[in-house]
This record gives sequence, C-alpha cells and structure tokens, in this order.
Amino acid sequence: MDQPKLPLVDEVEDKLNQNGQKPVRGGLSRRAFLGHLGAAGVVATTGPLARGAQTETVEKEEKAAVSGAVAVTLSVNGKDHKLMLEPRVTLLDALRDHMQMFGTKKGCDHGQCGACTVHVNGRRVNSCLSFAVMHQGEKITTIEGLAQGGKLSPVQQAFLEHDGFQCGYCTPGQIMSATALLREPIGADDDAVRAAMSGNICRCGAYNNIVAAVQQARGSRNA
Amino acid sequence: MQVFRYSQARTVEGAVRSAGTLIAGGTTLVDLMKLNVLQPEAVVDINGLPLDKVETAAGGGLKIGALVRNSDLAWNTTVKEKYAVLSEALLSGASPQLRNMATTGGNLLQKTRCYYYRDTNYACNKRKPGSGCSAMDGFNRIHAVLGGSDHCVATHPSDMAVAMMALEAVVHVSGPKGERAVELEHFYLVPGDTPDKENVLGPGEMITHVTLPALAGGTRSHYLKLRDRAQYEFALASAAVAVQMNGGQIARARVAFGGVGTKPWRSREAEKALEGQSAGADAFAKAAEAALAGAKPLQYNGFKVELAKRALVRTLSVVTA
Repeated sequence: MDQPKLPLVDEVEDKLNQNGQKPVRGGLSRRAFLGHLGAAGVVATTGPLARGAQTETVEKEEKAAVSGAVAVTLSVNGKDHKLMLEPRVTLLDALRDHMQMFGTKKGCDHGQCGACTVHVNGRRVNSCLSFAVMHQGEKITTIEGLAQGGKLSPVQQAFLEHDGFQCGYCTPGQIMSATALLREPIGADDDAVRAAMSGNICRCGAYNNIVAAVQQARGSRNA
Repeated sequence: MQVFRYSQARTVEGAVRSAGTLIAGGTTLVDLMKLNVLQPEAVVDINGLPLDKVETAAGGGLKIGALVRNSDLAWNTTVKEKYAVLSEALLSGASPQLRNMATTGGNLLQKTRCYYYRDTNYACNKRKPGSGCSAMDGFNRIHAVLGGSDHCVATHPSDMAVAMMALEAVVHVSGPKGERAVELEHFYLVPGDTPDKENVLGPGEMITHVTLPALAGGTRSHYLKLRDRAQYEFALASAAVAVQMNGGQIARARVAFGGVGTKPWRSREAEKALEGQSAGADAFAKAAEAALAGAKPLQYNGFKVELAKRALVRTLSVVTA
C-alpha cells in the first residue's frame, strides 16, 4: 500500500524561496508560515515514503482535516491507520485521540513517568516526546498488541500472578517496558531489573511485585 | 504548543540549508516546545540521514554518527571494552526509554534543567536575554559552582558529554561554509554575559559526528555519578576519569566533571596535579583541591564543592586500583 509523502525540507524551502519568503532561523513571519501550510498539504498527497515497513489491513481512514494537518499512515499492532495529523500531535495523542486506543496512558506528558511507553520497531520509547508524523513506516506496538489470540503475553500473565499493580494506571507502560527489557542486555539480578524499570514510575508503589513479575517473565522466556 | 512547519531532510546539505530547528530524538525539543520555552516555526526531521553508525576512525579511534542512539552507543562492544567511561556515563543518564530515543548529537546540545529556564513565568537570561536570572537569589541547589557568571549559573545536564570530555572527543560539524572539526573542550561556552549562546555552532551548522581518539594502551576509565536517587536523575556531581599508569605512577590523566559546571567541565588543573605523581590518597586530594579551587558556591549549592572533590577521589581510586 502506498504511504503518503511527507514534506521534504528542500521542497518546502524552494516553495518559500519562490514566494520571496526565504526564512531565517527563528525569523519566519506568521504570514509566511500560514502561506506554507497549504503547500505542505499539496505535497503530502502522492508517492510512497522511503522508509517502509508496510502492513496489509487498513484499520481506519481519517478524512477530516484541521488546518495544517498532513496525511500520515501509521502502522500500529500490524494494522495501518491513515490519519490526518497536525505535526504537533504526539505519537501518544495520535494513539488516544485519533486511533481511539486508550491503553497507552498519558501521565506527565514530559517523558518523566513512563506511562506512555510503546515500542517503535521493537524498542521502548516515550510516545509523549515524539511527533506522530516522524513515525510513518515504522512498526509501532502498544499494550493492545501484546496478547495473541486471546492469550496474554508472558509479561502480562506475570503481572497478574504477582499482583504487579494497584490502581493500574502505570501498568500498560510498565508492561511495555518489561516486554522490551526481555530483549535488552541487562544483568540477571533484581537490582538490574530495578534499574532497567526506572523509567516507569508507580505512585501506588507496587515496585516489589513488579520486579517479581518481570523476573518471572524473564525466567519463562528462558525456560 | 505553538504550531510549526514540519519537513524531513534526506541529505545533510538539505538540513543545513534549511532554516528550521533540527529534530532527532526529540527528547529535549518536544519537552521544551510543550513548555513554550522553545517555539520553532519550522522543525526539520533529520532521522532519515545516514548518520547512525559507530565505526572505526582513521588512526584507530572511534567515529560516532550524530544519530547513534544513546542506548546503542552504551551497548556498543568497542565502547564497552575500550571507552568504559562513556558506556557508564550513558547508562547513568535518563531512562531506558529516553536512551532509546536520544541521539549523540542531541545529547551534546541538550538544554539545562534549571527550573527557571524551564518555566516561562520566571526571568532567565538564557531563555530571554536581559530578563535577569531567577536562580541567583532563588532555589539554586542544583546550580553550578564552576563557570558561572552574574547572568547565569545553569548547569549543563549531560553525562555523555562529561565522559567525552575526558576522552578528548572532537565534534564534527557541517554548515553553510563547509565542514569543520572542534575539540569538545572548546565546543561549549561559559555563560558570561550571553548565556543564550551555549556553544560555538554558527547559524545553519549541525553536528554530523563525534570522533574519539585511540586511547594509549593500558588506559583505564570510569564514570561516577552522585545524585538524589539511584537511577533516572541528573547529577549533583559526577566525575569522568581516564588514566594511564606507569608502574605506580600516573603517566597521563584526563579529568572532567558533570553537575557542577555551566558546561561539561574538563579540569586541566586536576590533570596537572596528577601527572607524574604516585597514585594515592595524597595525590588524589591535591587534584580534587586544584579542580575546585575556583568554585563559587551560591546559597544552597555549597555542598557540591565537597561532593565533586569526593567524586573525583573515589573515581581515581577505582581506576588506579
């Protein structure tokens, strides 16, 4: 499936140059900016993007566009979502507000709590600190994508068995972090797990049970 | 957050030619855009550029692309084996998620964690030149004791840059006038009366890669970071050391501090005090005194002077043991 082409910097600059609006860093006028938004919309209609994991099913197709929105296709849990997004929409807000996937939580919204943790190409990241338009062509996995065929993943199962949560708000982020951790070169002991899980804050203080759950999942993976 | 124009760069030339603010990992930029501390009108995504490799450099050193993620650099086999101080510094910084996003170039250019810089309700000469410094008479426990001025005492938050300072890294830059290389020691500026000017990058210039010179055989290095909690916290004081021994004597020493300076702080004073001396408590204490001799504590950060000294002594003890 073709993915929409996002604006390339040279095309943007050339367009501004043609209009006599060569901007300087930090010095672009509001008029020049608004004038350009139309151009970005035009650019963003044809051709595939170079970076390209592609999936087969289209989960949804967003048509309504706010001013300044660009067409973006995001692959989430194996399904394509054709969206119209303003560039300032974070990956977190795109998931929650545009794809109605509420499993990924918004905590601090500044990369300090880890509630928004998702995987991009298999690596855990803070979805609140990344613009969604930057992730076309990448493989995004959220908490909704872990269970397969109605069966919980080993990490999800371990969190249940060890009561690795209380209120549950941080849990999706904890589980996404723990799942990625299984593939990272960290030490075997509990201290290594605590360090590797330090980017996920739990206000309820379920840390001991979280560490136990992670260690069980690591064992089950090795078994 | 203010609206901005978004585009992608496919070549270094394209990125350099653009007037936009470059975005790589985004961990600093997006955070500060949400706070309205930074309000770029154009953001240029450079993640598609081929600058994501760690390679052996000419002469046996290491060439690190600007887009190499902090976690990949920390876990790189060569870095772990030959430049331990860099791996340790990287793994002591931020969280695993942030390290998966943050890049080498972005880490060098990250902004201070000074509360007053991050809050637009306060005066800050770095954010708004001429508006004053709220930290001077404010809550300045996390601020700098070295390199400050009457206009700014904000610390540089990077751990990676401190380790690179001790490894004598060179920053390679591409710009409208071509390419140039700047020693990391001369890359950052102290605030003086222009705290908004943090480094020597000119308009349109971007970091393309960092090189580390090959270390002399037998060099040992280490990073020690002291902070308010064991993980996921910025340094109150940190020390990066690379030492080459000749028997019981210190033949060559490179020393840098984090958390105490307005820039990643290389201490040539400490290096001079160490070289040619027998490794031991006496030489370490003298080096620590020399390094902090110029310290100017504020109301709440006086403890950092002693903390930095002890961090250096401990780090030297480890690498010479």
